[in-house]
Amino acid sequence: MMGLLTNLRDSISRVTDRLFASEEPKRIGIYGPPNAGKTTLANRIARDWTGDAIGPESHVPHETRRARRKEDVSIERNGKSVSIDIVDTPGVTTKVDYKEFLDHDMEKDDAIRRSREATEGVAEAMHWLREDVDGVIYVLDSSTDPFTQVNTMLIGIIESRELPVLIFANKTDLEDSDVQRVADAFPDHETVPLSALEGNNMDEVYDKIAEYFG
Amino acid sequence: MPETTNSDNGVQIDLISGSRMAGLRSMEKIRLILDGVREGNIVILEEGLSPDEESKLIEVTMTEISPDDFSGIEIESYPRAETADQSFLDKLMGRESTKKLTVIGPANQIETLHKDEQLISALVSRK
Repeated sequence: MMGLLTNLRDSISRVTDRLFASEEPKRIGIYGPPNAGKTTLANRIARDWTGDAIGPESHVPHETRRARRKEDVSIERNGKSVSIDIVDTPGVTTKVDYKEFLDHDMEKDDAIRRSREATEGVAEAMHWLREDVDGVIYVLDSSTDPFTQVNTMLIGIIESRELPVLIFANKTDLEDSDVQRVADAFPDHETVPLSALEGNNMDEVYDKIAEYFG
Repeated sequence: MPETTNSDNGVQIDLISGSRMAGLRSMEKIRLILDGVREGNIVILEEGLSPDEESKLIEVTMTEISPDDFSGIEIESYPRAETADQSFLDKLMGRESTKKLTVIGPANQIETLHKDEQLISALVSRK
């Protein structure tokens, strides 16, 4: 009798486990250094599958100073639907100097406020990475050197947490774009080239998202 | 850290041994590093930090940045040795191979000139 009950309980919990495991959307963090195009990518994905955007894009670093979420984004691939929550995070850096914003035609008070918000945003992004994401899309500007300390540290942190990660070599529309350099910098991970701005290679992007995070 | 006279015409460099760090908790390590860096010192760690400690270092650094006083840190280390040379038992026990020389300094005083797998070249200036 006890054995029967245990079996029953086990099979019920297996069913509910599976139910929740497949129903609960994976929370995918979009990470990377400032100005890699994270928000442009997040907006592209959100617009393609939900019709609306996540947040404003800009050339000024640290435009995104709060982690922004778009929940239950359903991506259709090969007749199947993959549901994810997108978390667009502030660009990670080890330094923020408000004086850099003064070059972008900003008053000192605004620059100081922006830098304070930026530091809070980076701290928040690190917290999300340690606690609250199930997978990571790591976005890099493929026209810049990928071999930076922030990239090395973040990929190390992601690996140590054993999170699935895809490297997105963004901005392939730029003349200096070098996708191979990005792939060489992170040989243990799959690199997907794209231009989030132009919408280039988005089919492969969605294939890979479904494959890695579905 | 022994009291030193950080004279006007020099830059203090602290080389911290792996064994010194091994006896400290994560937050104690981060405090040791940031206290040194905020005084304008260059801190060199013989064995570096774990990924988790690096993420906390970034987080704590961010909370301490303040205009015209502290603009953050510059940190450089060699890429972590590939996990291939790490045994299954090490992974199981949570032992991470983190032995990698790491240089940390105030962002406004240290500038990385060149970095590859085998060489880090940095320019250090006085405050």
